[in-house]
Amino acid sequence: MANTLDNITVPVSLPFTLSLVGLLVAAIAFVAGVSTASDFSEFLLTVGAGSGLAIGFAFALISLFDTARPAMIVSALLGAAIGLSLGSSGGALFGIIFGVVAARLIFWVHLRQYRRGLPTYLTSNQVLWHYGFRAICAAIFIFLITPILVVLPLSFNAEDFFTFTPEMLSLDPEGFSLKHYKDFWNSNEWQRSFKNSLIIAPIATMISVSLGTLAAIGLSQSHVPFRRAIMAVLISPMIVPLIISATGMFFFYSKVGNFMEGTLGLDKNLVGYIKVVLAHAVLGIPFVIITVTATLVGFDRSLTRAAANMGADPVTTFFKIQMPLILPGVISGGLFAFITSFDEVVVVLFVGSASQKTLPWQMFTGLREQISPTILAVATILVIISIALLTTVELLRRRSERLRGMSPT
Amino acid sequence: MSDIADTGPVLAADGTPLKRSLARALRVQKTRALLLIAPLLAFVLISFIWPIGVMLFRSVENEIVENTLPNTVKELATWDGGSQELPPQSAFEALYFDMFAATELKRHTRLGTRLNYEKTGISSLFRQSGRKLDDPGKDYRKALGAVTSDITKSATWLELISGASDAARSAPLVASQRQRLSTLDDRQIKGDLSFSPSADIVQLLPRAAREYTAFALYTELVDGKDVAKTKPWESVYVALAADLSDADVSGYNGPHAQMLRDLVAADVTAPDFRAIFTDIDKDWGALETWRTIQTHSKPYTSGYFLNAIDMQKTPEGAMAQPENKQILVKLFIRTLIMSLIIMGSCALLAYPVAWILANLPARKANILMIFVLLPFWTSLLVRTSAWKVMLQQQGVINDVLVWLGLVDDADRLIMINNQFGTIVAMTHILLPFMILPMYSVMQTINPSYLRAAKSLGATNWTAFWRVYFPQTIPGIGAGAILVFILSIGYYITPEIVGGTKGVFISNRIAYHISSSLNWGLAAALGTILLVVVLVLYWAYDKIVGIDNVKLG
Repeated sequence: MANTLDNITVPVSLPFTLSLVGLLVAAIAFVAGVSTASDFSEFLLTVGAGSGLAIGFAFALISLFDTARPAMIVSALLGAAIGLSLGSSGGALFGIIFGVVAARLIFWVHLRQYRRGLPTYLTSNQVLWHYGFRAICAAIFIFLITPILVVLPLSFNAEDFFTFTPEMLSLDPEGFSLKHYKDFWNSNEWQRSFKNSLIIAPIATMISVSLGTLAAIGLSQSHVPFRRAIMAVLISPMIVPLIISATGMFFFYSKVGNFMEGTLGLDKNLVGYIKVVLAHAVLGIPFVIITVTATLVGFDRSLTRAAANMGADPVTTFFKIQMPLILPGVISGGLFAFITSFDEVVVVLFVGSASQKTLPWQMFTGLREQISPTILAVATILVIISIALLTTVELLRRRSERLRGMSPT
Repeated sequence: MSDIADTGPVLAADGTPLKRSLARALRVQKTRALLLIAPLLAFVLISFIWPIGVMLFRSVENEIVENTLPNTVKELATWDGGSQELPPQSAFEALYFDMFAATELKRHTRLGTRLNYEKTGISSLFRQSGRKLDDPGKDYRKALGAVTSDITKSATWLELISGASDAARSAPLVASQRQRLSTLDDRQIKGDLSFSPSADIVQLLPRAAREYTAFALYTELVDGKDVAKTKPWESVYVALAADLSDADVSGYNGPHAQMLRDLVAADVTAPDFRAIFTDIDKDWGALETWRTIQTHSKPYTSGYFLNAIDMQKTPEGAMAQPENKQILVKLFIRTLIMSLIIMGSCALLAYPVAWILANLPARKANILMIFVLLPFWTSLLVRTSAWKVMLQQQGVINDVLVWLGLVDDADRLIMINNQFGTIVAMTHILLPFMILPMYSVMQTINPSYLRAAKSLGATNWTAFWRVYFPQTIPGIGAGAILVFILSIGYYITPEIVGGTKGVFISNRIAYHISSSLNWGLAAALGTILLVVVLVLYWAYDKIVGIDNVKLG
């Protein structure tokens, strides 16, 4: 029997497939056996029975079917049956997934489909390395994304636990609820902190974007004295450890606050907001400067000269010519500034007072003291917000690159 | 060619020499650029750089001793701390009046706390002494009152110190006492005093006049009460008793002159200030207490920095702290080592990911990029709480391990509130900062170099190690420094998942700022941390250039 892949012919070898499957399952059984088996004979039995069963299963599938598709269906049904007999609907789901993956894998190995798309001259070791490397990368990607993905389903937990309950694992609707979202919605403290975040972050963003864009335009002129030093000062809020910035601003803004309350006679609450907004605006500035100067690097200066040539004054030139072109950079800088403020704890912890409690602050106290699952609901909402922001920034980046002719699309 | 030399300088259209015209254009351009930058620069300088500078200045500032005990510090300046003798009586006397005023303004405990950083026990010594300073005053009030009950009345005191209505006034005393209270209370004491001491009385009863003026200033301008109706501080009786012992009142004929003569005649014993203090607490008779005050009486100190590296400033010079108090150097080393581990694990994990992102076709790479950018954009607290959920003993990872049978239910792994938890969570949080610079460097590497190396006979490993890897070093360097800078100053994540063993120096700074209130030490620790970060920042600027920082 031979199998045609692209335009080369690869021999199919049953012993190769079976030994690979056997080895894989034996390795899994080995790990499981080491931890559960009480003595050596039981251990051998686990490993032997596991790999034997797997080899038999693979042999049956390969001899019954020529292609992967029908084998996957049969294997899925088998998995579902075993899952149902052992557990509930959740077990059946796991059974189906396991069956499909196992059958796909067996035929993938058996029909040598893993060589598809790879140069034909690669040795088997190179093929092994190719897939080994991808497996490592996959593991790292999983490491990156798992914590975020774990939080999402847990936020629908019907219990006050931070882990998956048996009901959740068996996909029992009883195990899920919107309870924590309701808690978030009905709790005054969470609502107030959410509102505070929504007040503080946009205003701080506006300050950093307006001042930051002006300064970035100034910095990108051809002759700026002390350019490096100025840049270093403007970037420093990003570099200085937050705890140092926070303590510095704590002493500074307590004096400023006293002055505003005492001498100017402003409302205490208002002064509190002003303090936090100004502190957050400083923290957002480096992001605006960096993104806007990066956009200005690709800006064609002859456009402004052309505008001036045609009689436009600098202000008109700025708003009609320069601004529309650098707008994507400005907006993504603004989004960075927004997320910096929206996500900031340390500075608001030191500068703000209880009435300026923001969402991250509330989460921080929640995590440190009375840990409540409401945090997970809030976390899910924040993840959704960050997905929205990420999409916006990504779209803007592409648009900006397209405008500059850097990307073919 | 001679006609060229004759035409003189090249002229611009408006007739000015071109050189000058160009210089002016350049100047205009520079000014405009600076004007655009100015508002932001001013904002950052005023509300960020300057406050940090002021905060860091606290690490050497030590005016509290001199401000709280001004006269004592002056008296101690001439005392030889190395001698085996206690300071002279005059120092004890100065200390009595300094302490009394400080106690009235509730400032003595602050000084006690400050000195307690240097020598344990001083804080309680100051607190107790402050409470008992009234006692000798009450004794003297009783003793003097036994001679004439007039002296215990508030009005008598006002008349006595004011002197005759036509007597010369002593403005300098009021001014100096106002200054004394202002520095003590850390704010300007404003307003006019309805009372002023007469110059005669100031000369006759210097101590009593001084203390009474301070009392009057405090009562009228701080407390807002009527001096004539308020009982004077107990210290004025002690001051009066001390004055009477060496005053010649026979020639005086102002108000209550007869009372003063009666009091002198009664021959009340002059106060022995040293005995007063050693009665309050025997520690005042110990040389060690006085040496501590003297050592730390300078307005600027290296003490906090010495504390920050587990040493202390003693009268004999800089010494190591006792064993059990040496934690900060260990903490610095731990912060450095853990940051290095985090940096290393980030580099290790980021390299393959950056490689695969740079070498896959754009469409696939963009999809995989989501896995990097989504954590990057997700709130820090969300990620930290996710790790808390995952790593707990009843958390997801332990549950999975127990379910798989890899771990016994009874002894679940402890992965949180220790260094492991901090390292795992921070590696995850900082990983995007490593991947992104590496990715942008790897994108620019021409793949044909690798192919050329292989076609010249290099093995895969040699081709990678000798040709590809060296080209990625700028990316590794940029990412590594960025991750190191960020991790060394981290606060939130170690605070939540680090427990006691996995915290960083930042957490210690926060503790000193908000709990122990040892701001000087916090500032010293912060200065050291900032210096480390700035050196790394400078290196980053040299290697990558701040302009080349890319986000997203």
